[in-house]
Amino acid sequence: MRILLRLRPGLRLRRVLRLRPGLRLRPGLRLRRIRPAVPPTSFALNDLLSEALAGTLQRPGRSALTALGTVLGVGAFVAVLGLTATASSQIDSRFSLLTATEVTVKDIAREQNEFADPAFPDDAGERVERLGGVEHAGVHWPVREDTGQGLAVRTSAVARGQNDMIDVVATAPGALRAAVPHLVQGRLYDDFHADTRQRVVVLSSSIAARLGIATLEARPAVFIGDQPFTIIGIIDDVKRKPDMLLSVLVPHTTAEELWGSPTDAAEMLISTRVGAAVQIAEEVPIALRPDHPEYLKAVPPPDPKSLRSSVTSDLNELFLLLAAICLVIGAVGIANTTLVAVLERTGEIGLRRALGARSRHVALQFLTESGALGALGGLVGTSIGTVTVVVVAVARNWTPVIHTGTLATAPVVGLVTGLLAGLYPAVRAARIQPVEALRR
Amino acid sequence: MTPSAPVIAFRGVGLTYPGPPPVEALKPSELTIERGDFVTVVGPSGSGKSTFLNIAGLLDAPTAGTYLLDGIDTGVLKDSERTALRGRHIGFVFQSFHLMPHRSAQENVTLAMLYTGVPRAERARRAAEALRRVGLGHRMDALPSRMSGGERQRVAIARALVGHPSLLLCDEPTGNLDSRNADTLLRLLEGLHEDGMTVVVITHDADVADRGARTVTIRDGVLHDGPSRAVREQERA
Ligand SMILES: Nc1ncnc2c1ncn2[C@@H]1O[C@H](COP(=O)(O)OP(=O)(O)OP(=O)(O)O)[C@@H](O)[C@H]1O
Ligand SMILES: [Mg+2]
Repeated sequence: MRILLRLRPGLRLRRVLRLRPGLRLRPGLRLRRIRPAVPPTSFALNDLLSEALAGTLQRPGRSALTALGTVLGVGAFVAVLGLTATASSQIDSRFSLLTATEVTVKDIAREQNEFADPAFPDDAGERVERLGGVEHAGVHWPVREDTGQGLAVRTSAVARGQNDMIDVVATAPGALRAAVPHLVQGRLYDDFHADTRQRVVVLSSSIAARLGIATLEARPAVFIGDQPFTIIGIIDDVKRKPDMLLSVLVPHTTAEELWGSPTDAAEMLISTRVGAAVQIAEEVPIALRPDHPEYLKAVPPPDPKSLRSSVTSDLNELFLLLAAICLVIGAVGIANTTLVAVLERTGEIGLRRALGARSRHVALQFLTESGALGALGGLVGTSIGTVTVVVVAVARNWTPVIHTGTLATAPVVGLVTGLLAGLYPAVRAARIQPVEALRR
Repeated sequence: MTPSAPVIAFRGVGLTYPGPPPVEALKPSELTIERGDFVTVVGPSGSGKSTFLNIAGLLDAPTAGTYLLDGIDTGVLKDSERTALRGRHIGFVFQSFHLMPHRSAQENVTLAMLYTGVPRAERARRAAEALRRVGLGHRMDALPSRMSGGERQRVAIARALVGHPSLLLCDEPTGNLDSRNADTLLRLLEGLHEDGMTVVVITHDADVADRGARTVTIRDGVLHDGPSRAVREQERA
């Protein structure tokens, strides 16, 4: 059986029991006092925020100094990530599509074997162009007299002056196409000209001007050494191998017939489809010289990812470490100042408890204050870091790049730093007993 | 809360500080303070006045007996509930004012309603009203550091009464004031009492004690009803 005794306030159990003389309490019967309903006090969010702000602004100078560590930490964090992103994007823009689709192959046969013949076979261009992913390919080499001297290029058979030495480069039609020339007059020579060993040249507008040739209408000729050649095309630009603009280009077969087979300076220029270059660089030496692939060295374009990371990763880690150290110092600074503030404001804490603040309200207030300091430091740090990135980028003529993720995270990093730093002081504040606090 | 219940009902309430050595600062006592009373509690230094105030103000829990505030048994309450009861039912006035130095008089008064769910606009309105009640309607935006002691204590009283508590607990409210300011303050308290407020003033000053409608004397941790002179005579007899 269970008896519920509801006691009027102030009445004692003894008196209640005396009213009913027959009632006997069984030993072990427990009397439970009825708990009155007292709704707890509350601390509205906007009040919490404005109290924390007021607490922070109470001593603006000290708050600013306290936030300094976080400002530096977050600022360094943003600056490092921003500068890294900026530098990477510079490398990206220099690392263009053109370089990514270019492969050069060098003849290194003489390095392997001093008696070796030139490594490129006669039909090197055609064979490589048959490989999947290759757009154009062809060999080229500078033409020399047997004596090793360059060749004179003139507009008449008779020598007129000293200053007529111009580089002549034997260039396969495939190599010419792979260089992506921009034609201003006439046409390029093609495989037909090469196969039939035509005496034709292509040259740049600047060399044409030097030779006194303005137009191809009169079918002007040039003499290379003592051999006459027809100029069939004038170009004013190439996308690859810009030194072609300083040379007179003749079909490689014509050059071979007149001046002999290529020296060891022969190279092959290959243009590929996007993404095929690395694969093709691996295939070419075997495709051309299955017997001696080591006689040819193919140079693929650099891998953009490895390039970027090798440039930036070392510095990056060092500075991020520094930023982290700044943040830790910032956190210690906030923790220290907040703890001092808690001790200084013991009286205020006692007062708030007397006015109905629960210990968790007090803890929350100090936590919010330190969090606000951290977030404030984070915001200022983000601005300073951003300005740093912009200034450095502008000074170097770069485009400043900061990822939105960095900008969004940085103030949060400050906030979290502040909250972590405020944890211990907040717990200390919550533990302060109102009686002790008000005794002061 | 029972409307007919006394504001303060001590039933064998006592407090022993654990020590070491243990100090029985308040011996188990009976005391009833009815609604609308103006009670002064007087006693020499170390007699247990502050101990009494801390218990009555729910700042400290008694180690013996039952304390009913407005008919509510405070002994069974959780800490959060004691805090709520303290915030809503009791207004405190301290000897050292306990004002926030960087906040205006009005902001200091609104603080008393911060945790009891009064909306912001209503807080400002009521604070202004309370400040006018204590004669500081013209100094609402002043910082406490720019105010005289008497003014500061009146701000504290405005803060204590703004939440419409059932009990005003004052610990040596005139302790830091000169006699003229003390008189102003006591007259203010008397005015509040005439308006129906229950006022308890703790003091060691017999002149202040005489202003109460009823005086309770505390000696060596024992509460006696009556002014100190009468208590002394009683003891002699
Ligand atoms: N926290 C404590 N621990 C131990 N003893 C205490 C504590 N607080 C007070 N006491 C003792 O309890 C007794 C009553 O102290 P209380 O503070 O109530 O006196 P009081 O009447 O307010 O004195 P005063 O007029 O000087 O303020 C004193 O002997 C005091 O030393
Ligand atoms: Mg005292």
